[in-house]
Amino acid sequence: MPYIANTPEQQEAMLRQIGRSMEELFRDIPPDLRAPGLSIPPGLAEQEVRNRLAGMAARNKVDLIGFLGGGFYDHFIPAAVPALVSRSEFYTAYTPYQPEISQGILQAIYEYQSAICRLTDMEVANASLYDGGTALYEAIMMALRVTGRPRIVVDDTVSPIYRTMIRTYTGNLGIELVETRSRGGLPDRDELRKHINDRTAAVAVQNPNFFGCLDEFSDVADLVHKHGALLVVSCYPISLGLVKTPGAMGADIVVGEGQSLGIPLGFGGPYLGFMATRLGHVRKMPGRIVGRTVDGQGRQGFVLTLQTREQHIRREKATSNICTNEGLCALTALVYLSLLGKQGLVELAKTCAEKASYAGKRLLEIRDVRMRFPKRYYFNEFVLELPVAADRVIRRLLDKGFAAGFPLVRYYPGMARSLLVAVTEKRTKEEIDLFAHVLEVSL
Amino acid sequence: MKVIFEKSVPGRGGVRPVRQEGCPPPQIAPHLARERPAELPELSELDVVRHFTELSRRNFGVDSGFYPLGSCTMKYNPKMAEQIAGYAGFASLHPLLPQLPRGEMLVQGALAVLHEIDLALREICGMAAFTLQPLAGAHGELTGAMIIAAYHKDRGNRKTTILIPDSAHGTNPASAAIAGYQVQVVPSDPSGYMDLEALRAALSERVAGLMLTNPNTLGLFDPHIHEISDLVHGVDGLMYYDGANLNPLLGRCRPGDMGFDVVHINLHKTFATPHGGGGPGAGPVGVGERLVKYLPISLVGERPDGSYFLDYDRPSSIGYIAPFYGNFGILLRAYAYLLALGREGLLRVAENATLNANYVMEKLRPYYDLPYGGLCKHECVFSARRQAARGVRALDIAKALIDRGFHPPTVYFPLTVPEAMMIEPTETESKETLDAFIEAMIEIAGLAETRPEEITRCPTTTVVGRLDEARAARRPDLASLK
Repeated sequence: MPYIANTPEQQEAMLRQIGRSMEELFRDIPPDLRAPGLSIPPGLAEQEVRNRLAGMAARNKVDLIGFLGGGFYDHFIPAAVPALVSRSEFYTAYTPYQPEISQGILQAIYEYQSAICRLTDMEVANASLYDGGTALYEAIMMALRVTGRPRIVVDDTVSPIYRTMIRTYTGNLGIELVETRSRGGLPDRDELRKHINDRTAAVAVQNPNFFGCLDEFSDVADLVHKHGALLVVSCYPISLGLVKTPGAMGADIVVGEGQSLGIPLGFGGPYLGFMATRLGHVRKMPGRIVGRTVDGQGRQGFVLTLQTREQHIRREKATSNICTNEGLCALTALVYLSLLGKQGLVELAKTCAEKASYAGKRLLEIRDVRMRFPKRYYFNEFVLELPVAADRVIRRLLDKGFAAGFPLVRYYPGMARSLLVAVTEKRTKEEIDLFAHVLEVSL
Repeated sequence: MKVIFEKSVPGRGGVRPVRQEGCPPPQIAPHLARERPAELPELSELDVVRHFTELSRRNFGVDSGFYPLGSCTMKYNPKMAEQIAGYAGFASLHPLLPQLPRGEMLVQGALAVLHEIDLALREICGMAAFTLQPLAGAHGELTGAMIIAAYHKDRGNRKTTILIPDSAHGTNPASAAIAGYQVQVVPSDPSGYMDLEALRAALSERVAGLMLTNPNTLGLFDPHIHEISDLVHGVDGLMYYDGANLNPLLGRCRPGDMGFDVVHINLHKTFATPHGGGGPGAGPVGVGERLVKYLPISLVGERPDGSYFLDYDRPSSIGYIAPFYGNFGILLRAYAYLLALGREGLLRVAENATLNANYVMEKLRPYYDLPYGGLCKHECVFSARRQAARGVRALDIAKALIDRGFHPPTVYFPLTVPEAMMIEPTETESKETLDAFIEAMIEIAGLAETRPEEITRCPTTTVVGRLDEARAARRPDLASLK
């Protein structure tokens, strides 16, 4: 039998030694509960399993030339990333409960926390959460705890995928969830001002936002802080090679989706939710945290720390129910950032922005194609306003081998002709030229 | 060992990103731009490779040796599954493709995988349908608790409380609380089962449900499960099954048949997906017929022509709990494992997991206290109180095991057992490995009697000794900042 070591003879010998039969080992299960036998096909040999799954993989369309983003980006993954992350001492371990034999993952998580802080200009980060949406929700819950207030303001330029998750999670909790309407591609300051008062726990915004537009939130931070609330900023880590950091804008909690840091798109997961905050809020932060300390001989070592926030100690009074998180994805992000390094991240961000800039220029040469938010700056994603329904164009381009972008009408009913286009370093100039050509003839 | 930032050499570079000539410069106004680059390390690719290789050598995984961490089911993770998860047809698939017009037809292979896992889990658990979206076991618990809340809301029930036994995992009460419920603890009886009298006393019209692990965290199958289900259903409460301990029941007994209405499964435990040093996991949730309409958006459906689609039209659903379809890469690994095992394989898993645990329990029974000593399922829980009287605590035994090449069992859990040592060998371990572990445990018990200081000074073979956790909490150093 696959993956079972003991031979039938050994099993017999063990049963004899403990004086039981196999059936006796299950006699505590009442007879009427014993399953009559599973209707599951017989097992397959490894070769058969792999052939079958290779066949299923072939039924997915992955050879499209992609301009699809929406918060999830097709970045290049250097070979050293999977090579290091797939060392089985890392991936077959569990939560580092025994620090003496878990220094590898503990130090890596400490380094990951440090890298996230350096990237976002914050002071402390946790060891990860499930994904960017969960991280945003957990940030909101944290703000409620920090301020003891009931209202959360989320702008509609924040990922609609995350906003639907937040609605689900806050549904039973008696939280006032206010969604503000943006104007011209950015959060409308007048709208925000209307909803920020001494009942407000936090305002959540995103940069670059779901439309790809860049913003500067220092004014929002001032307004929020004047009322004793917190500013939560969700961000796209690769953009931070070029874009002003949430920390520099005065954010109190920074979250985001870490998929772009060396993690494959993989049909939606596993991904990586990161979270960073100010040191003063650390005891209200959810998720595991690793700290640096010493052993009896003064040697440096790393441990899980500040665990009194967590569910295995605090149970129903814990800051969150999350225990197992995305340790291996956090390691992936750290390895990726270490390989790129200080200059590499800047260069990568520059390449993405330049290619997006080129794509924007080429696409605007097409008759009747405009930018939806022409006054805004963008990093690597922008909204095109087409002369016809975006869905129609996407369908036509799919037939020609392109994933043209995301139809914003899925989440914004008034935006039927708006196409969200993302460009990463993986797209070549030739592909962009071809895309512009095919789009032009498809209109 | 230095942290990676301390190894940085100004001007050194690792992987070079692609450049493209002939593109206009980025259009980012100065007030929107970053002032100084992030202080990431400046290292060559080889520097980075050596750093993480060295870190990996300071880590212990299932591939390194025996890892009987109770309640975590640290079984072998087949290599085949890693390779399959890397197939470009899965790894490069953008999760928003299905939301494009006719987009479902672009991802038929992935939807087929999801559908087939759903079918297999239904059969194994005896439930009507599964959502594969929950991203970890605790996420499954929260999803399940929200489904329970949706059911009661629909029925107009005014429910405030979830019952949880004192032996439960800490995530159970935390998840129930985050779903908006008060938590009431039900004590265990002297045999380690749920105290039925206490349960009767706790039941009222306010009770929304009971969260239970069976076999429980003592490794005991609760024989009164029918009665418990009937009692809870009697107040229109729902039965929630924490599937952390499903391994010994595969093919033998189904949560649905025990009367459970909601079930979560930890695929990273029972279905052999790697634990990743603390995730990613996957925690699918299955429900009985009357709760299917509350499952999260979306669900995979099958059309009469055999093609698959994503059903977003679910008006009674609790809503969206994850960005997409779950931790697909983990689901894929679990599916590969299921295909390899098949019907027979699943049965053998349950048998050998149970046999291995009982073998260890019987062999160690003379040397350590066994508070609940009948028959166990996948794990057994000893108490080191006899050794503690000599100054050797469960933690010391754990450290002594490290020096002998083993990962220790879970210690100090469940909370109902003093000096608890929770041993879960899993079915993938051989008799030789178990015998070596048993021998080490016996040796340690002997030393605890004769030379306890040889145990309390462990570990001596590791890269660091016991670390000062009090200092870590009192003077937090949580990041290397520049």
